[in-house]
Amino acid sequence: MSDLSSNAALFAPRSGPLARAVDWIIRHPRMFVFLLVLPITLWLGIVYIGALIALLIQSFFSIDEFSGVVVHEFTLKTYGELLRPYNLDIILRTVAMAASVTIAAAILAFPIAYFAARYAKGKWKALFYVGVMLPLWSSYLVKVYAWKLVLAKEGILNWIFAKLHLTWLLEGVLSLPVIGGNSLSVSYIGTFLVFLYIWLPYMIIPVQAALERVSKDLTEAASDLGATPRQNFRMVLLPLALPGVVAGSIFTFSLTLGDYIVPQIVGNSRLFIGQAVYTQQGTAGNIPLAAAFTVVPIVIMGIYLWGARKMGAFDAL
Amino acid sequence: MKQFFKACVSGLALTAATTLPLQAADMLSEVGAGEGSVSIVAWPGYIERGETDPAFDWVTKFEEATSCKVEIKTANTSDEMVALMNEGGFDLVTASGDASLRLIAGGRVQPVNIDLIPSWSRVDDRLKDAPWHTVKGTHYGTPFMWGPNVLMYNTEVFGEAPKSWNVVFEEMTLPDGESNKGRVQAYDGPIYIADAAMYLMAHKPELGITSPYELNEDQYAAALDLLRTQRTLVSRYWHDAFIQIDDFKNEGMVASSSWPFMVNLLKADGLPIASVIPQEGATGWADTLMLHSEAAHPNCAYMFMEHSLNSNLQSDLSVWFGAVPSVPEACTDGSGMQTAAGCSENGLDDFDKIKFWQTPVSNCDGQDNCVPYYRWVSDYIGVIGGR
Repeated sequence: MSDLSSNAALFAPRSGPLARAVDWIIRHPRMFVFLLVLPITLWLGIVYIGALIALLIQSFFSIDEFSGVVVHEFTLKTYGELLRPYNLDIILRTVAMAASVTIAAAILAFPIAYFAARYAKGKWKALFYVGVMLPLWSSYLVKVYAWKLVLAKEGILNWIFAKLHLTWLLEGVLSLPVIGGNSLSVSYIGTFLVFLYIWLPYMIIPVQAALERVSKDLTEAASDLGATPRQNFRMVLLPLALPGVVAGSIFTFSLTLGDYIVPQIVGNSRLFIGQAVYTQQGTAGNIPLAAAFTVVPIVIMGIYLWGARKMGAFDAL
Repeated sequence: MKQFFKACVSGLALTAATTLPLQAADMLSEVGAGEGSVSIVAWPGYIERGETDPAFDWVTKFEEATSCKVEIKTANTSDEMVALMNEGGFDLVTASGDASLRLIAGGRVQPVNIDLIPSWSRVDDRLKDAPWHTVKGTHYGTPFMWGPNVLMYNTEVFGEAPKSWNVVFEEMTLPDGESNKGRVQAYDGPIYIADAAMYLMAHKPELGITSPYELNEDQYAAALDLLRTQRTLVSRYWHDAFIQIDDFKNEGMVASSSWPFMVNLLKADGLPIASVIPQEGATGWADTLMLHSEAAHPNCAYMFMEHSLNSNLQSDLSVWFGAVPSVPEACTDGSGMQTAAGCSENGLDDFDKIKFWQTPVSNCDGQDNCVPYYRWVSDYIGVIGGR
């Protein structure tokens, strides 16, 4: 207080509303911080959290089965509908796909990232970054359509298999129950491959960043103490790089969980959560059920992120 | 400048007033000067100004003649159209039969005074009082375009056109000696349940289906059973016109319900494709140009409705989209590129075989308790999901 009053004595109040406002803010540093933080808080509060809450509220309404009009009364009926077998199928299908894409992406990304972090230098490192990032620069839709052509019954992959006299192998894989189908592009395997391709860069980059931070000395020390390469990987490298894998898995898992375009173009027309939301809010006008479906990935990701934090995925942030 | 009907003046308005008093009172009685623009919600490809292909333009001349600038907002599904109209800010919409009644019931569109549209007399008589835009004698728009959902097939596999929809509904050996399993497609929209119901109308008369859009529980269950059989034949349902085209090119598809639009594009690519309306008939779409209840530019909107019936629009659009004009003269009068042969290829003579899309509602004419659209959606998801 004494500071402020002495300031007031030192500087005579200036004239003009702008100058006076500036003086006032200088004398009230807390207000200055408040004004700085205000826009972003409003953005987060209204646009982000507000929209989320509006969505949550919708999911507690229900649709009148007779007229198809939304009834604005609190009920858990809509969540009950999520448990109907065909809706439960959609949730399980999506989670299973997201989990398998994530695991496969982690297994594929680790050696690539390891090579990039340990062996690639200079030009090669640049080439690595370009190679990983390049697919991200082209349109997502173009990539998915391109994959549809690659996987088609009369597409290039089938042609290669035929040329190698391996058609029996492909047909054997496609005759598997559940994941198989008439051709790669109309089976779960096809959907899985496209998801894996599309989201792989999001796994490679965090894993590579994590591996860069693992000192070479540690693995060398482990070797000196008699660890086999296998032990070295299992007990030194993997635990230290795990936060990167978990961070990458957040991307691949959540992106697969919410996607509704890939399964529409490549796959057997069975719905994923994103498509279910799209049809329920659009064609059916069943906003409550669409909102309830949207809550499912939010809950799953909430649990997932909590687990990821426990595993230290955010320690390096 | 603008005069409005008082609800008590017009008997027509009075009839409508019992259901929608506000809109009826607001019906335009005279087309005044244009407001300078008109904004239209339309299906992609419906309002062309020569930007996609210079030969197809039915907007520029309208803008020059009326000084109403046309603004277009495209929508991909009937539901997007309903959502956009609910949002407001548009004057016209090209609504299909599964959206038009929803728009009327929701009070989003207003009755149209057909006396202000001189070319109304040119409209196909079969469409003038069509139930998807006429409620209790009140017209809620002008017919725009219509067309059938045809059975598209591969002419190399089928020596002659399939006579029945059974090629997509029941497992069978096709004329080329192989099963139809994995080689046929169906539409990925709940409204497709009506196609199954229409098939049952012909093959299971004991169910007593009178309209494929008005199904009681038993009829509905039978239709779903048929669709479950179909699920075992279909590898992928079609949703997007261009994905279906690709599936016929690269995925070995040989038969599917489709639109003349895809048939024409595949034929243009030189593929052995043709289409037919089998003996059971076909479902179809009929679009109506409807006027928003709070349209900001009603005069320009009325001018565009007149333009849509009396210009090259009907003729050229029917060529462009593979549809049938709502004005039969457009097939022959040389106003555009359409010809009599083209019209009959797109389905002009098949009107009576077509069961036009409409929104299934629980309170239907044929019977007391029909299954509403809301259930169609969730059950069709179940069928596709293998339930």
